[in-house]
Amino acid sequence: MPMPAPASILPLRLTDVVFEVGSRRIIDGISLRFDAGPRTVVLGPNGAGKSVLLRLCHGLLGPTAGRIAWNAIEPASGPRRQAMVFQRPVLLRRSALGNVTYALKLAGVPSAVREASAMEALRKVGLDVLAGHAARVLSGGEQQRLALARVWALRPEVLFLDEPTASLDPGATHEIERVIAALHAAGTKIVMVTHNLGQAHRMADEILFLHQGRLVERAPADRFLKRPASPEAARFLEGELPW
Amino acid sequence: MVTARRAFGALLFGAFAFAAQAQAQARFITVASTTSTEQSGLFGYVLPLFEKHSGINVRVVALGTGQALDLARRGDADVVFVHAKGAEERFLAEGHGVKRYPVMYNDFVLIGPKSDPAGIAGGRDVVLALKKIQANQSPFVSRGDKSGTHMAELDLWKAAAIDLDQAKGPWYRDTGQGMGPALNTAASMNAYLLADRGTWLAFRNRGDLAILVEGDKRLYNQYGVMLVNPDKHPTVKKDLGQAFIDWLISPDGQKAIADYRIGGERLFIPNAGQAGA
Amino acid sequence: MNTVAEAAGQAFGLVAAADPKLVDIVLLSLRVSLSAVLVGSLVGLPLGAAIAVNEFRGRRTLIVILNGLMGLPSVVVGLVVYLLLSRAGPLGAWGILFTPTAMVIAQSILIAPTLAALSRQVVADAWQEYREQLRSLGESKLGAVPTLLWDLRFSLVTIVLAGFGRAASEVGAVMIVGGNIDGVTRVMTTSIALETSKGDLPLALGLGFILLFIVLTLNAGAYLVKEMAQRRYG
Repeated sequence: MPMPAPASILPLRLTDVVFEVGSRRIIDGISLRFDAGPRTVVLGPNGAGKSVLLRLCHGLLGPTAGRIAWNAIEPASGPRRQAMVFQRPVLLRRSALGNVTYALKLAGVPSAVREASAMEALRKVGLDVLAGHAARVLSGGEQQRLALARVWALRPEVLFLDEPTASLDPGATHEIERVIAALHAAGTKIVMVTHNLGQAHRMADEILFLHQGRLVERAPADRFLKRPASPEAARFLEGELPW
Repeated sequence: MVTARRAFGALLFGAFAFAAQAQAQARFITVASTTSTEQSGLFGYVLPLFEKHSGINVRVVALGTGQALDLARRGDADVVFVHAKGAEERFLAEGHGVKRYPVMYNDFVLIGPKSDPAGIAGGRDVVLALKKIQANQSPFVSRGDKSGTHMAELDLWKAAAIDLDQAKGPWYRDTGQGMGPALNTAASMNAYLLADRGTWLAFRNRGDLAILVEGDKRLYNQYGVMLVNPDKHPTVKKDLGQAFIDWLISPDGQKAIADYRIGGERLFIPNAGQAGA
Repeated sequence: MNTVAEAAGQAFGLVAAADPKLVDIVLLSLRVSLSAVLVGSLVGLPLGAAIAVNEFRGRRTLIVILNGLMGLPSVVVGLVVYLLLSRAGPLGAWGILFTPTAMVIAQSILIAPTLAALSRQVVADAWQEYREQLRSLGESKLGAVPTLLWDLRFSLVTIVLAGFGRAASEVGAVMIVGGNIDGVTRVMTTSIALETSKGDLPLALGLGFILLFIVLTLNAGAYLVKEMAQRRYG
């Protein structure tokens, strides 16, 4: 598409972000900065606020206080520069191909190229054979791959993932991790929440550790996983904090 | 998706075409008339003859006399064809009609259960019969709907010097219904009621009912036809409407009315020329 | 029960003879009610979906009113539409009183609240599931309406059938605005009313059987199509 190269939306800056629901404070003053490059994995016990943090960054929730600022404002039309994949993907009652072309249509991709782009994305995740299949009757792993194909077709700069393989068996999990790695290799910044320490080992370049709504530790992955600096992180890795 | 869209477009087109077609047929008139003329089958017999003769389609909205006149007062009909001289003359006096033409008459009959608890069967005096019914407190069904039949019934109670407001009790069932439904009600509760002969002859659900009193001159029921006043209601089709009226009172129309029978029995007697009708 | 047997006999007789008057009446009934379903759906389904996905002041009141209007008596709708379309009324110049068009209008008004209220419920339930994902993909609230309506098409079929059932079975509205004119605005329900008032109960009941059979057949057909498609698309 012949468009002037837009400014990157990264870095994303969070400044003293607070998120409350009623009287419950779920995010308690987080400041951080996401830069392009490293694959970021967010860890933490249950209720630490990981999913909420992702949704705040993605824009599904608005902060009660504080600021969340991307580097460049997304244009009103055109593809979204940042996307999100949920634990369970929501697919439309259409074919697999139809789901991807739908996303492309929302992104303003002209109809002439939509189908070709969609097929290419399906090929990248290995679903081109199932392009005509009804999306809702696919297996869990296939559906999540379809969600990633949807993302792939849009080539976002940032991809948030909220426990994308928590509902999948190891085989499907491996497939999904492969696709995520490919997306990263193609230039997409990855920010992923996971409960699976093995997955964190495999996929993370850096770790954000959340506890009770605060960012307790941020470190390169291998250092964090071998020798966490904070006592909460240490207890978490030992399995003493509730998952 | 393409086929769904095409089917949808076809449906829309069909709906509009169907609506348009309804407007296309302009050579028709709307006649507000009573349930007795419709349900006796008179219109079913007479109107096709008129349509063949004139090419004008007659659309009949069948209501009670009061409702028919009200419909015409709003300008929703071109011609009124009812049977309550007093109400018709009031209609003319209000300026809603042009001129009243007598067309035909039939008669009312006093219907009741064959068991006849009030003992009126075979009589020829309807006023006496009503007095007996009231004295006996036998169930009586009234139409109660401002129809010509209802108004005739009220006149007869007045003639019997019975004040209904005082005399009303559980025996007097004021149903607010048309002739047919009232007959149904009377049949199911074995009650007396006043009906026009035409509807009675065409009525199928008689139960235990039969004609008990007939022939009294006070039971004669005159029908009149009027063109709705185009000065007051500019949308009235005055030429077509007048053509219908002219035909009704013409020898052809009068003969058609006289020819209509049920089981060999004539229902309506044409009397267009009759003075004072 | 003799009446029922006689009625069944009459019904078969009429259908077997393909009595032309009956055919006309049936066709008119279908045209009027199906047109009303089309118009009512075009208005009601998107309206219900829009209320489901948007938040605005007075929304709860609107929902309560919409649900209440499902119980609109048909004779009241008929009366109101009559007053509107009467020559003495505001839309008298249209001259469509006592035509099938007036009947379609009245029935559309009658069933639109039902279609809107039920589609609102169905879409609202689904919106919980779809909301985050659609927003994440960049869908606007306005754009979500057609997307959701198409995705929920199988549930909507049932809703549309409910609307058709209400339209095809009502007599109060079409009687007043149509006038039950022989050959012009006489439909199945007004015919049944007429034959009942003429005391011909077996014929009235027979017509009732025919009407019931037609409505059931349409429902069965729609259900089968829905089931087949649902199996394909999940």
